[in-house]
Amino acid sequence: MIEIIDKKDYRQITNEIHLEFAAVSDNESFARMAVSAFITPLNPTLEEVSDVKTAVSEAVTNAIIHGYENKGNITDRIYMNCELKKDILEVEIIDRGVGIEDIHKAMEPLYTTRPELERSGMGFAFMEAFMDDLEVTSQPGQGTVVRMCKKIGLGSWIGSEE
Amino acid sequence: MDEEFRIIDNYLMIRMPTEIDHHKSVNISAKADRYILSKKVENVVFDFEHTTFMDSSGIGIIVGRYKKISCFGGKVYAVHTGSRIRRILLLAGVENIIQIME
Repeated sequence: MIEIIDKKDYRQITNEIHLEFAAVSDNESFARMAVSAFITPLNPTLEEVSDVKTAVSEAVTNAIIHGYENKGNITDRIYMNCELKKDILEVEIIDRGVGIEDIHKAMEPLYTTRPELERSGMGFAFMEAFMDDLEVTSQPGQGTVVRMCKKIGLGSWIGSEE
Repeated sequence: MDEEFRIIDNYLMIRMPTEIDHHKSVNISAKADRYILSKKVENVVFDFEHTTFMDSSGIGIIVGRYKKISCFGGKVYAVHTGSRIRRILLLAGVENIIQIME
């Protein structure tokens, strides 16, 4: 992790936060509140705020349920790094859980490994739909990194879909 | 009986919370199933009037209830769906198995 930070080009970055929180389900709402507060200065539309909140909620839920196998251990940690490059938001959700064997399979809509928990298998599909870019890297036994980007402040140009 | 749940004829009405995520969904599903079993209701109506946020956990609640009641001919309805909730329901493709109303 330190390597990544060292390589980072800070000339582009206008704002940054690093959060570390326990992998318990109460923190799903904390994570999306934090990210929505973080992008508020960019004057996002309601739609954009909801998009980002939904995507973050999916990623954090995945980390809790799949990464840390829904154990709710207070010592299991999720790291959320957000940065702004002007009007582009980049969010990283990192867990040190079980990791994903087959990322392509995991990202298929409706595919879930936990149907007994009523997971719909739509998590990654929602992240893809609501963000501009999604990148998932994982190593079995090491954990998973979900990186997402979205340009904020396009609302006034595109307008609402309806 | 909880305030969020009401039975009218053989419809179970569920008033959904402001924010629906995995944390909230566990409780809603468990309670709904208890009413479906104990009161023998056929249909389930999800009321999204107060809901401003929902992620895929909401889809899990809906599809889970649908699976429980559809084999007995029951129907699932989503009412008071704002544009945001409707977008999520359509994205997940559940409009084929449930009735979505405004």
